[in-house]
Amino acid sequence: MPANDVVLEVNDLHTYFFNKRGVTKAVDGVSFSLRAGETLGIVGESGCGKTMTALSLLRLIPKPAARIVSGEIILDGEDLVPKSNKEMREVRGRKISMILQDPQTSLNPVFNIGDQLSEALGIHKPLSKAEKVVQAVASLRNVRVAAPERRLKDYPHQMSGGMKQRVIGAIAVASSPKVVIADEPTTALDVTIQLQYLRLLKDIQAETGLAIIFITHDFGIVARMCDRVAVMYAGRIVEEAGVRNLFNKPSHPYTQALMDSVPKMDRTDRLFAIDGQPPPLYALPEGCRFADRCSHVSDICRTEYPPVASVEEGHAAACWMLDPKWKK
Amino acid sequence: MPAELLRVENLQKFFPVTQGLILMKTVGHVRAVDGINFAINEGETLGLVGESGCGKTTTSKLILRLEEPTGGHIYQDGKDIQTFKGQELKDFRTQVQAVFQDPWSSLSPRMKVKDIVAEALVVNRNVTATEARDRVREVLEQVGLAPEAADLYPHEFSGGQRQRIAVASALASSPKLIILDEPVSALDVSIRAQVMNLLVDLQAETGVAFLLVAHNLATVRYMAHQTVVMYLGKIVEHGPTEKLYNDPQHPYTRALFSAALPAHPDEQRDEIVLTGEVPSPINPPPGCYFHPRCPVAMDRCSQEEPVLKDHGDNHLVSCHLYD
Repeated sequence: MPANDVVLEVNDLHTYFFNKRGVTKAVDGVSFSLRAGETLGIVGESGCGKTMTALSLLRLIPKPAARIVSGEIILDGEDLVPKSNKEMREVRGRKISMILQDPQTSLNPVFNIGDQLSEALGIHKPLSKAEKVVQAVASLRNVRVAAPERRLKDYPHQMSGGMKQRVIGAIAVASSPKVVIADEPTTALDVTIQLQYLRLLKDIQAETGLAIIFITHDFGIVARMCDRVAVMYAGRIVEEAGVRNLFNKPSHPYTQALMDSVPKMDRTDRLFAIDGQPPPLYALPEGCRFADRCSHVSDICRTEYPPVASVEEGHAAACWMLDPKWKK
Repeated sequence: MPAELLRVENLQKFFPVTQGLILMKTVGHVRAVDGINFAINEGETLGLVGESGCGKTTTSKLILRLEEPTGGHIYQDGKDIQTFKGQELKDFRTQVQAVFQDPWSSLSPRMKVKDIVAEALVVNRNVTATEARDRVREVLEQVGLAPEAADLYPHEFSGGQRQRIAVASALASSPKLIILDEPVSALDVSIRAQVMNLLVDLQAETGVAFLLVAHNLATVRYMAHQTVVMYLGKIVEHGPTEKLYNDPQHPYTRALFSAALPAHPDEQRDEIVLTGEVPSPINPPPGCYFHPRCPVAMDRCSQEEPVLKDHGDNHLVSCHLYD
């Protein structure tokens, strides 16, 4: 694939919170790139910085507590970090947009969905009222909402969770952005509805060549949806690989432990449980952040952060065990 | 065969749908639980799966006697739990306990851990302060928390630890049955395994029975001896977990299982995509409730309601396909 296919490149991004406790390093040196039509999964547990990474990309981090301290976010050839708020308004929706976890709270309860769709459609190009209605109907049809003409006057409370999440999807892709960030979009949905929604996202991606960043804690979703995966732990990416490589050869002890702790449909042997908890992001250890919970830990892990080592083509992990210097 | 602990017979719970503010006219009923039968055995786990609105939580509330059934009975040792009063009811309350989904809202933020854990004992049994304190120490140790935890408040703990506190408070009165309503779904992946292992260990140690309400099929597979699949307030399939998972019979169970996500990107599976959504439980469709979404529906399914029948080895299915 040619290099100009890259739509988004994140280089050494640091997003810190400054408060009474000191500095909370929510995102601490994250780099990745994304190609058109590709789905990148960002996997990790709560508090690992995956949502903060996403919000940093949209420049929607809580202010004034949080700040992008350093790094670049190059979307479609332009760095987003130095942009003003006014300039960002042109970028959001048109080039990058987001689908949030909870469909009950991401739509406005006092406007009908026709109005909310029209708002998204009209924000980047002036449209007449009639044009807006036509386009709103088309975009609802696009997300497979049955009888879209009749649903325009519906308010969010009249729709089911799955239906609302479709409307949110329609709003997200309304101005044909290059990148959509989906932050746990199906956690609030039932399994049969989740499957419908995941298939819908795949279909839309196939039609439009959209790049998707899928933020999740569910390896099942990763296996079903993603081309590449980045595993995050305590503010950093600890492993990145193509989806098959990651499942066939998880190389960071955290990835291995996380995969082993997920119950499987066809197995009932005892689950592997990771002891302890991630370190607080305002008091990170100097060495590897997983060291205290790792079963392979050695002295060097506690004193120095491990370098990123290549496991195989397109598969890298930050672990001392992969380093030539490693001896137990 | 282990002894039967609790039996649910033809249990129904309808919630009235009213219109108007002053003269509240009943215009229909939400048939949340619509005539279900099952039994929970001593020391075993019964898993209850289904999508939101299928009646799982209402069923568990009925068993906890937090709701009055519209019809049917729940028997404990041959006695209808609806008839319990006074001391008998207090005893029942110590024997059936619950752990809820969200440990952030299920523990009172203004009570110390020792008071939360001892509450069921103090309210329902006449225990001395020393007895209560000893028991608190004992159960905290059982769930893997340090004795010092007793004097702290819930906000000083992480999610996994809070869920351990919730489990400890359910255990304190040595119940025979604990209702687990989505006990791990609010927890992080790496913490879920800790809590699930803990629950399995506690069952082995104390012989407590669980009613596990969950939508995650793998969680139920891991913990439950028997599995019940519910759809729109009715049981569509019921059987020993292993048999039911290896050979699901009802078209809804099959669709539900096929919608579970793969464990590996190369895993091949036939995804059965159900069209539409669960119909309203106010006006359920005639015949089999599942027929409008069923990929193998026949004429008969829209007219005649199937009954739950044993198809050998205690595997019960409610579907015309197997008639």
